[in-house]
Amino acid sequence: MNENAELTKEYFEKRNKRTKTSAFIKKLLGNNNLGDFIFERLTLLFAMLVFLLVLFMAWEMYSHSILSIKKFGFHFLVTSVWDPFNEVFGALPIIYGTIVSSLLGLLIAVPLGIAVAVFLSEIAPGWLEKPLSFLTELLAGVPSVIYGLWGIFVLVPWLRDNVEPLLQNTFPNSPLFQGAPYGFGMLAAAVILSIMVLPIISSISRDILKSVPNTQREAAYALGATKWEVTKIVLGNAKSGLLGAIMLGLGRAIGETMAVTMVIGNRPQISASLLDPSYTMASVLANEFTEATSDLYLNALIELALVLFVITILINILARLLVWSTERKWKSNPA
Amino acid sequence: MTVEIDTQSMIETNVRHYAEEVNNIKISVKNLEAYFGKNKVLKNINLDIPEKKVIAIIGPSGCGKSTFLRCINRMHEVVGGKITGSITLDGENVMDTDPVLIRKKIGMVFQKPNPFPTMSIANNVVAGLKLNGFRNRKKLKEIVEKSLKQAALWDEVKDHLNDSGANISGGQQQRLCIARTIAVNPEVILMDEPASALDPISTTKIEELIFELKKDYTIVIVTHNMQQAARVSDYTAFFYMGELVEYSETKKMFVAPGKKQTEDYITGRFG
Repeated sequence: MNENAELTKEYFEKRNKRTKTSAFIKKLLGNNNLGDFIFERLTLLFAMLVFLLVLFMAWEMYSHSILSIKKFGFHFLVTSVWDPFNEVFGALPIIYGTIVSSLLGLLIAVPLGIAVAVFLSEIAPGWLEKPLSFLTELLAGVPSVIYGLWGIFVLVPWLRDNVEPLLQNTFPNSPLFQGAPYGFGMLAAAVILSIMVLPIISSISRDILKSVPNTQREAAYALGATKWEVTKIVLGNAKSGLLGAIMLGLGRAIGETMAVTMVIGNRPQISASLLDPSYTMASVLANEFTEATSDLYLNALIELALVLFVITILINILARLLVWSTERKWKSNPA
Repeated sequence: MTVEIDTQSMIETNVRHYAEEVNNIKISVKNLEAYFGKNKVLKNINLDIPEKKVIAIIGPSGCGKSTFLRCINRMHEVVGGKITGSITLDGENVMDTDPVLIRKKIGMVFQKPNPFPTMSIANNVVAGLKLNGFRNRKKLKEIVEKSLKQAALWDEVKDHLNDSGANISGGQQQRLCIARTIAVNPEVILMDEPASALDPISTTKIEELIFELKKDYTIVIVTHNMQQAARVSDYTAFFYMGELVEYSETKKMFVAPGKKQTEDYITGRFG
C-alpha cells in the first residue's frame, strides 16, 4: 500500500515537472495546461476552416454571378425562359427539374432502400447479410457515367418500348403520362437517380436499424409481438436516423450530374408529364459551362450553381432540424 | 350437532384447499437441456413451479439461470438457443404453442430497464395491447391507471403520462416495464435480475412490488443477490454449471442447505 502511494506520488511529480509551464503562460491560459490549450485551439481552427470554406465558396459564387443577379434579380428564380442566344435567363424550369427528378427518385428509392435495410438488419441470417450488404454498397461505388451509359443503352429503350406505352395505355387521361414516349425524360432520370441513391439509403438505414439496442427488440418480443410488430417498434426507434438517411439520399440526388444529364433529355421546360424531357441545375452546368461565351451567360450559370448550393444547404439544415426535433422528444436520461 | 359437523367439514375443505394450492403446479420442467450451437448450457433440469409463488433462481454467472428463464417463454429462440425436453404451462407444452401466445401468458422483465423511448409513459404501458390491435381508448386509459397502480408507479407519474418513457429515473423505468408486462394480463412474470441495475431504494420498491404481485401472478426471478432471494422468494433453485443443484423452500435452503455446493455458494465461499 505504502509503496504504491509513493510510486503514484513520484509519477505525478514527474508528470507535473514535464508539463510545467511558466507563470506568464499560466496566467495567459487561465488554469489550462499548455498541451490542452494548443490541442483545443488547433481543433477549433480546423473546425472553423470548414465553416470558412463554405462561406468563401458562397462569396465566390455570389461575386462571380453579380452581373446576372443585378440584371434579373428575383426574376431569375421565377421566370421560365432560358435563352442563352438572346441572353435571357430564367431558371425556374431547371430548378423545377432538379427538385422534381430528385423527389421522384426518392419516391422510388426510399421504400426500396428501407425494405432492403429491414431485411438485412432484422430478417436475413448472418451468412446472407454480409454478402448482400456488400453488394448493395458496391452499387454506391459504380461511377455515375457508367450508370448514364447503362441508362442510355438499357433503361431508356426499355422505358420507351415497354414501360411508357404501358403507362399511357393504363392511364390514358392522366396528365402524368402525356406526350410522345421518347424514353429520355423525367421518368428515366428518376429511375436512374433512385438506383444511385438506393445504396446510400439502404446502407445508412441498415446501420441505424442495427444500432437500435437489442433490449428494445426483446422488450417487444416479451410482450408477445410478432416479427413484423417488433420491426415496427425498431423502425419507430430509428425514425430520426432514417429521416437523416433519406435526406442524405436527397442531397446526393440533387447534386448528381453525369447520369442524369445523359438520360433526362436536357430541355428546360415545366411539364406535368413524366415522359417529357427536363433539365437539372447540375446538368445545365455540365453541359453549358464550356459554351458560355458572354459574361452574362457565365454569370447566370454561376448563379445557378449558387442556387444549387443554397438548396443543398437548406435541405441539410432542414434534415438536421427534423432529426433534432425528433431526438429531443425522447432524449433519454441516464438511469 | 349439525354445527359441529359443518365446522369439521369446513376445516377439512380448508385443509384440502390449502393442499391443492400448494400442489397446484403452474409450470413443469422435465429433462430440459438447452444449447447454443454445440454448447450445452442447461443439463437435464427437472423442476416444478407452483402457482402464485415467487421462485428465485440463484447461481454464479454463466450457470445458465438466465437461459433457463428465457426457455420458459421461448425467449431463448430470440438469441438463437435450442432446447430438448419439455416445459409445460398448465399441462400444455410451451414448445408446441405459438411463441406469440406463450409470451402473452408469460411476461418478462429484463435486467436493464427497456421502456420504448419513442412512446409516452401511457403508451409504454399499453404497448402490448396496442400491438394486439386493442383500440378502445377508454378501456386503454383504465388499463394504464390500473397497471401503473399495480406497479406502484401511478402516484409518481400520473401528472405526466404523456412524457417519454425514457424521461424518468431508472427505478421508475423498471417499474414502468413491470406495468407494461402486467398490462397484457399474463399468468406468469419472469424477471431477469430486475433490480441489479438499480439503487438500493429502487431495489426495495421493486422487492415490495414483487411481494404484492405474487397475489395475482406466478413469479420467477433470477437474482445475483442472495439476500434478495431470501427476502422475496418462497422457493429457491440453485443452478451451477448448467445443472440444478438444489431446489427447495427458500426458508429451508438458506437455513439448512441440503448440499455442500449450495452452502458454499450461499455463504459466499465461491461464486
